[in-house]
Amino acid sequence: MEDPPDPLTHKGGITMAGQEQQQPQSRDSQVDEDIPEAPPAPPEAQASASTEGVDDLLDEIDGVLESNAEEFVRAFVQKGGQ
Amino acid sequence: MTAAPEPAAGGALPAGGAMRVMGAETEYGIHAPSAPSANATMMSARVVQAYAQVTRQRAAGGAETRWDYTDEEPLHDARGWTVDRASAHPSQLTDQPPVLDAEAVALAYGREELELDGQDESGTLLMNMVLGNGARLYVDHAHPEYSSPEVTNPRDAVIWDAAGDLVALAAVRRLAADPDLPPVNLYKNNTDNKSVSYGSHENYLMPRSVPFGDIVRGLTPFFVTRQIFCGAGRLGIGQDSSTPGFQISQRADFFEAEVGLETTIRRPIINTRDEPHATADKYRRLHVIIGDANLSQVSNYLKFGTTAMVLSLIEAGLAPKVEVHEPVQALQTVSHDTSLTAMLRLVDGRRVTALDLQWMYHEAAAKLAQDTGVGDAVDGDGHTHDVLDRWATVLTQLDSNRAAATSSVEWLAKLSLLDGYRQRDGLEWNDARLGLVDLQWADIRPEKGLYYRFLARNRMQRIIDDGAIAAAVGEPPADTRAFFRGKCISSFGKDVVGASWDSVIFDVPGYGRLQRVPTREPLRGTKALTGPLFERYREAGPFLGELLGHNTAPPAA
Repeated sequence: MEDPPDPLTHKGGITMAGQEQQQPQSRDSQVDEDIPEAPPAPPEAQASASTEGVDDLLDEIDGVLESNAEEFVRAFVQKGGQ
Repeated sequence: MTAAPEPAAGGALPAGGAMRVMGAETEYGIHAPSAPSANATMMSARVVQAYAQVTRQRAAGGAETRWDYTDEEPLHDARGWTVDRASAHPSQLTDQPPVLDAEAVALAYGREELELDGQDESGTLLMNMVLGNGARLYVDHAHPEYSSPEVTNPRDAVIWDAAGDLVALAAVRRLAADPDLPPVNLYKNNTDNKSVSYGSHENYLMPRSVPFGDIVRGLTPFFVTRQIFCGAGRLGIGQDSSTPGFQISQRADFFEAEVGLETTIRRPIINTRDEPHATADKYRRLHVIIGDANLSQVSNYLKFGTTAMVLSLIEAGLAPKVEVHEPVQALQTVSHDTSLTAMLRLVDGRRVTALDLQWMYHEAAAKLAQDTGVGDAVDGDGHTHDVLDRWATVLTQLDSNRAAATSSVEWLAKLSLLDGYRQRDGLEWNDARLGLVDLQWADIRPEKGLYYRFLARNRMQRIIDDGAIAAAVGEPPADTRAFFRGKCISSFGKDVVGASWDSVIFDVPGYGRLQRVPTREPLRGTKALTGPLFERYREAGPFLGELLGHNTAPPAA
């Protein structure tokens, strides 16, 4: 029995079947020990951690926070969701 | 003509690692500070409407399309991408729920509210859209929700989920610029801290042949503990936050069952909703409801990447053989223990920490990835090695160098800010200012959202270029059916009358009837398969003609 033509595959006929083949098994057997060191923080992160203190951060965020915290938080009432 | 070979169940992606068809759903918290009593469903509809207006300005093809709610089965769908060209008639579509007409809104909410509200020119409120990037934007209950297009790997999951935050932002900006409507804020969080929770869900495609019991056994210990790297952090303990304090997860306190169908009451750790949105005898769409919405890219990446790998373990029958005693209580114990030292009881009598359990899963996943080859740094699948690497790095940092994890783990970043305020100003845990920090962390506006302030200072790691996220607002992923869906919208939007995960419906002059193109195989409709077709045609008629196998112009009406 013939199947109807498949409009989205009959053009190129690409099925990526080749990718189903399993890759050759790796030689590395040190699974348990193979835990990498933490990568170094990027230079920007190091700079921010060292030169910008928490106080500086909090000063910025003081200026961003909505005014009247108590009222704002109290008014954020949601209806149920999933 | 014979059928092309079927791809392996779950798709033709390399098996054993972090690649898998997956997607994200985000329900945003919604609040209009200047109109606090405004109806949430109406405000959510305004958000969708606003985005329709934004895209209408941008795309000459017209507004992005309505969602196809039809659930009919096409006549020939055994292989997925077959065509049913005679199904729907235009009259069938008018009954569908995507559009609330004025009368329905008035019945539901009262006429006063309706008169305050923005309708479009036709007097209807748009509640559902399919976007040019293949996503869906709609009103779910009382929240706007963005459902990302299907992607094949955790990196793309982060990209197209973050693109949704930009979609939401564009709607917020549009509403803020409208002098007739109150500005609306959207929050990517999961609770109002007053006993209500709303979800951010993950979806993973699995072969239907995997027994559901295996999924439950394999996933539960993992879901109880993965929050230690993908929890978003929450102020207050208990559903109503009545106990002052801080906990790891936004969602943990709202879960009350181990397995179940519900998503809004008695929420279960493992959700059994089974709408495959694909060929049902081959696939299961695993609907995960336990996650927090993540702004942190690393937390979000690990949430999708590690879960995908655990599903690969389950499919291979290689998930760790562990069972947590009373998992709902354990979930909350883990969430309430920011020291990460709490001991969980296993059914076999062992006592382990959340970190111990995560290392068991990591070890098993690393072994499977090595055995299948997908985890190789050079010859692997291009994703699994990185997921394993970052997973191990974060677990190591959480164990011995928490300061290093603060720039990647969302709850730790939020906690660092709350601790800063507590120390500088001597605030108690129940201080309203800390509540505001918790809420405003998730404001999606970069100038107001505290996550974004951290990101701007490089206090949060970026693992995705901003440009890639911005591009994903308009472009679909290339390697799933979302490509076909999104390109249909962006190329032929004015001729698309409906779309859904598994179909696109055209109304093309000259065809007489609606043309429904099923898209039931998630890994077809890709750029490789359909990209040239989109490049060849500027009009929907000839495009459909070639797609449907017509050799000539469409029949005269």
